[in-house]
Amino acid sequence: MEHLEFDIAGWAGVNPARDHVLVGVVGSGNLEVMIERAELAGRCAVAIDTSIHGFAPTWRRVVEDFLARHRLGDVRVSINDGGATPAVVGLRLDQAAAEYTGGVR
Amino acid sequence: MDGDFTTARRAWNTLETNHRERLARASAITGGKVVDAADTVALLEAVIEPGDRVCIEGNNQKHADFLAKCLSQCSPERLHGLHIVQSNLALPAHLDVFERGIADRLDFCYSGPQGLRMGRLVDEGKIKLGAIHTYLELYSRYFCDLTPRVSFIAAEAADADGNLYTGANTEDTPAIVEATAFKSGILIAQVNRLVDRVPRVDVPGDWVSFVVQAPKPHYIEPIFTRDPAVISEVQILMAMMVIRGIYEEYGITRLNHGIGFDTAAIELILPTYAEDLGLKGKICQYLSVNPCPTLIPAIESGFIEGIHCAGSELGMEAYVSARSDVFFIGRDGTMRSNRIFCQLAGHYADLFIGSTLQIDLEGNSSTATLSRITGFGGAPNFGCESRGRRHASPGWLKAGREQPRPGTMPRGRKLVVQIVETFGDGMAPTFVERLDAWTLQERFGLPLPPVMVYGEDLTHIVTEEGIANLLLCETMEEREQAIRGVAGYTPVGLARDRAMVERLREKGAVRYPEDMGVDPRLATRDLLAARSIRDLVRWSGGLYDPPARFRNW
Repeated sequence: MEHLEFDIAGWAGVNPARDHVLVGVVGSGNLEVMIERAELAGRCAVAIDTSIHGFAPTWRRVVEDFLARHRLGDVRVSINDGGATPAVVGLRLDQAAAEYTGGVR
Repeated sequence: MDGDFTTARRAWNTLETNHRERLARASAITGGKVVDAADTVALLEAVIEPGDRVCIEGNNQKHADFLAKCLSQCSPERLHGLHIVQSNLALPAHLDVFERGIADRLDFCYSGPQGLRMGRLVDEGKIKLGAIHTYLELYSRYFCDLTPRVSFIAAEAADADGNLYTGANTEDTPAIVEATAFKSGILIAQVNRLVDRVPRVDVPGDWVSFVVQAPKPHYIEPIFTRDPAVISEVQILMAMMVIRGIYEEYGITRLNHGIGFDTAAIELILPTYAEDLGLKGKICQYLSVNPCPTLIPAIESGFIEGIHCAGSELGMEAYVSARSDVFFIGRDGTMRSNRIFCQLAGHYADLFIGSTLQIDLEGNSSTATLSRITGFGGAPNFGCESRGRRHASPGWLKAGREQPRPGTMPRGRKLVVQIVETFGDGMAPTFVERLDAWTLQERFGLPLPPVMVYGEDLTHIVTEEGIANLLLCETMEEREQAIRGVAGYTPVGLARDRAMVERLREKGAVRYPEDMGVDPRLATRDLLAARSIRDLVRWSGGLYDPPARFRNW
């Protein structure tokens, strides 16, 4: 397992539809994503536990793009990854964000 | 002068004379057309001559495996220097004939699992490689400069006169038979059964030289069965984008699907996602494809009007027979397939969609991997612009309007789509700066890099990130950035010019799910009309009878 943490500048103005959402399951090639509302002065705290080592730069890009795509701020994002491809990660994150924001983009 | 032309002294029927000599030699082995399986090696040694061009029927699925094995057991003193002209090399015996020195030249289409060993035999000089063809090209050359002298074919049943019934897997048989029988060649059929009367005559007996009942039924490979249980949500998301961003957008009614999980996902969300969008009767009505079990729900829910098949698929026989409005069925009640006609129907359809292993920055794609010589079978003939097409359809005209073209003459355009995840097996990036095909070309001394679909034929690339519409790219630089714009987190995707991709997005050359009204939240397995092989059986009303290895209940 590798543990990664990123502190990333967030976006203002997103009103979440709920306090937290959890999507996906941990399993081979799959992952679990939790998004929680948090008072972080607008920033985003991302914590990742992944079964595959050595992809920190890719994770950072995936997460940055995701936060920008959904203009999220004041959130804590936790990911438990069972070796998912970036494609699966992106889809799962988008599904979580859609739940979190109530589908408003 | 008076009429003394030298040409008048030439014999013009040497092939026919030679054909009679061959039959005369065989008369020591059989008095009629039917040959005992135990005498097959002797028959082959009698009717084949050194240096002959020999075709062993080897299709995608059906193989003249017994005759192939017998050829490999012939004496290299008697038979040598044979030139094998065969579409699909799939069995060890196909290469044994080279290993043993019976054959030394090869023209073929596809080698699949034998690709590695073939690479070695080429390295060792035991195979002199003519060319790697597509199916249509090789069959065409049967009628040109590569006409077989002797052909082995496989059929389901024969009668004593040599009339053959091929069953549902007719596949390549008509092409081989026609070229051989009408150029004084010897045609030998291996059959599963000898019967008094065949259910239907697929090959007339007077075209057939000999018939052998094989000790075991000919080998058939079930290569078109995709278990819905292993279709992923990413494949469902891509399928949603294809339906909204391409099929609906262009009104695609006539098309050809590849045979991977990506296109199986499309088939399985027609009765759910596409139905909810009101697209029944507007898309996907006519397909050129094998009877893939994942098509059953779309057929049953009335999406698909007609399917012509290149071959059959194990377990689908009864279902197909019971749907004669959809499939092409003989008076005997079983399907008739034909690879050439299916390839032609697909070539002149409005769209091809399939998958690949690598795509470069010009949009060239290849499934060729290092160290293997495999070829591409029929994919290049489906996956290319049909430049001889003259009839119009709305999608074809729309694509033609989108493509920048020099001059003033308007023209249509077939859509050629590649559907890929940005990372393949083992996290290998699908998008690359340079195809492995270049290395393969150097390694095996090929005249060209083995490219499956050329960039100039390709119109769309679908990935989990979005769709690149290459028709809307005006320069090679735009094309490159549109490809990078859907290449995800591969090195190629990470090196994109974000500003340019944003500009391309404004004009629709790059589209992401939200740009085409695709909601990723719906991309779950709940969207699949069937989520298991068992569901497919249920949809078919119990007519689909899956092979044992796909049964897990």
